[in-house]
Amino acid sequence: MMRNAIAPRKFIRGTLFYLMLIVIILCTILPFAWMVSSSFKGSEAIRTIPIRWIPERPTLEGYERVFNMQGFSFARSSLNSLILAIACTIVAVGSATMAAFVFSKLPFKGSGKIFGLYLATMMIPGTVTMVPNYIILRTLGLLDTYTGLILPSLANAFGVFLMRQSMMSVNDAYMESAYLDGASLYRIFFQIMLPMVMPTLSTMILLSFMGSWNSYLWPLIVLTSTDKQTLQVVLGNMNGMYKNNEHVLMAGAVLTILPILVVYLVTQRYVDQGISLGGLK
Amino acid sequence: MYIPNTAGKRRATAVFLLPSMIGVVVFCLLPILASAVFSVMDYDLLMPMNTMKYVGFNNFARILTGSEFPKVLGHTFTYLILYLPLILITSVGQALILNKSFKGHGLFRTICYTPVITSWVAAAVVWQWVLSGKYGLLNQMLSTFGITGPAWLNSKEWAMPGIVLAAVWKDTGYYALMVLAALKSIDPSCYEAADIDGANGLRKLTRITLPLISPTLFLLIVINIIYGLQVFDSVLIMTNGGPGGATTVFLERIYKYAFKQYKMGLASAYSWILFALILIFTAIQFRLQRKWVNYDA
Repeated sequence: MMRNAIAPRKFIRGTLFYLMLIVIILCTILPFAWMVSSSFKGSEAIRTIPIRWIPERPTLEGYERVFNMQGFSFARSSLNSLILAIACTIVAVGSATMAAFVFSKLPFKGSGKIFGLYLATMMIPGTVTMVPNYIILRTLGLLDTYTGLILPSLANAFGVFLMRQSMMSVNDAYMESAYLDGASLYRIFFQIMLPMVMPTLSTMILLSFMGSWNSYLWPLIVLTSTDKQTLQVVLGNMNGMYKNNEHVLMAGAVLTILPILVVYLVTQRYVDQGISLGGLK
Repeated sequence: MYIPNTAGKRRATAVFLLPSMIGVVVFCLLPILASAVFSVMDYDLLMPMNTMKYVGFNNFARILTGSEFPKVLGHTFTYLILYLPLILITSVGQALILNKSFKGHGLFRTICYTPVITSWVAAAVVWQWVLSGKYGLLNQMLSTFGITGPAWLNSKEWAMPGIVLAAVWKDTGYYALMVLAALKSIDPSCYEAADIDGANGLRKLTRITLPLISPTLFLLIVINIIYGLQVFDSVLIMTNGGPGGATTVFLERIYKYAFKQYKMGLASAYSWILFALILIFTAIQFRLQRKWVNYDA
């Protein structure tokens, strides 16, 4: 008897739950589906009423035009993006990890104050430093160079903060005994410390890679030659050039999203961890 | 960790610390000082540096008294006022679902996170097409319900709401995972007492769940006000500040003053005003939190 009384309420609640689930999935997926569907349509077929999800005559015209653009090369800019994302990641994570090792395990007089200064710089939004950084690069003659784009990644106070947190929890005894056995500090860093903080390190590497791959404003300002530009900047430029050729734009968007989506699906575990690490965006 | 203070240790310390220190000094501390200096200068990027002229607080005065500033402030507020409630509702809703166990949970989580890993440029390009007036996805779907959608990005009134829709779509998955972490930390015994008292689901949500995750909701609001004041990629791609200047925002102005008009002094002053606003808003938030954030749990 009890079960009969509860059943309708439970049924309503279950239905409500799945209804919400479906609404969320649809809202999230439909723009992507719309993008993919449009990318396989011809220039006439994209403007149809009502919506046709499966193109009547699927065509690769959009994709062909993306790869045969006049003035700049989509393939080249993909390669640029890949190289720059890897380089920025190495520089940002490398410098942060090394500095964090000092702040966590090799403190010296005044190191606490320096770390405090690092934390203070996190307060200043990138907006304030953007204009002077551009002028500094210009003074150094590094505008429109990869070096210029990459170098500011060295200033990674947030990365230092995260890695320091993680390294603090590593037991000193491992490293002290290695030192007594004659290992150099460099060896201790690479062979003991880094393996111990691997989860945090992998997460930072991935988030940094995705952040660099997706970044727009800084590459837009620094790199001006078309053969050096990154994928995001090229897609942004295309947006102005192909106003009425949405199928070309959508093909470009698909090709921009696909690589990072694959990286995410393969490494999802580490990326999700990043959220709990404290809000990297 | 105890390591004897030898020359070798000092050298290693320097090697480990220097790359990061150089980076922070050259690309963070020096720029902050430089930006403060530029903000009181008249500095045209196309002219040699020695033509820079001290103008006192003229740049600040020009921005704050100009007719453009209230508009920029208004657009940014419109963005925040629309975005904040929406993102709170969607991320809490998504997190409540993620907190349940059901078949396909992992897949659902992946789907929810996909917009987050998408770059803003790609997302903006796609949403521009979704929001297209006549053939766009959204208006076509609205029309099946008999609603005639606005011209979104081409309309002065609807351009900013359009940008907000795209932003909520892109950001929900990210903040949902933050809220989810808070939900997971709630002690299940809190609900047992409510169950015994016969509280219904809605009551449990408003009286137990939401107060217990209020510190996270507070963090979410603070972060989003800080990010919202600096909204850029979406605006630049989707409307470029238009139509007719209806979506001009801070970072878009700074970008245009600095890199389209080469007025570096004015752009620097603008960025300091933005920074001051961020500080003021964060301070206000921290004062208001006493009224509603619950740190007891």
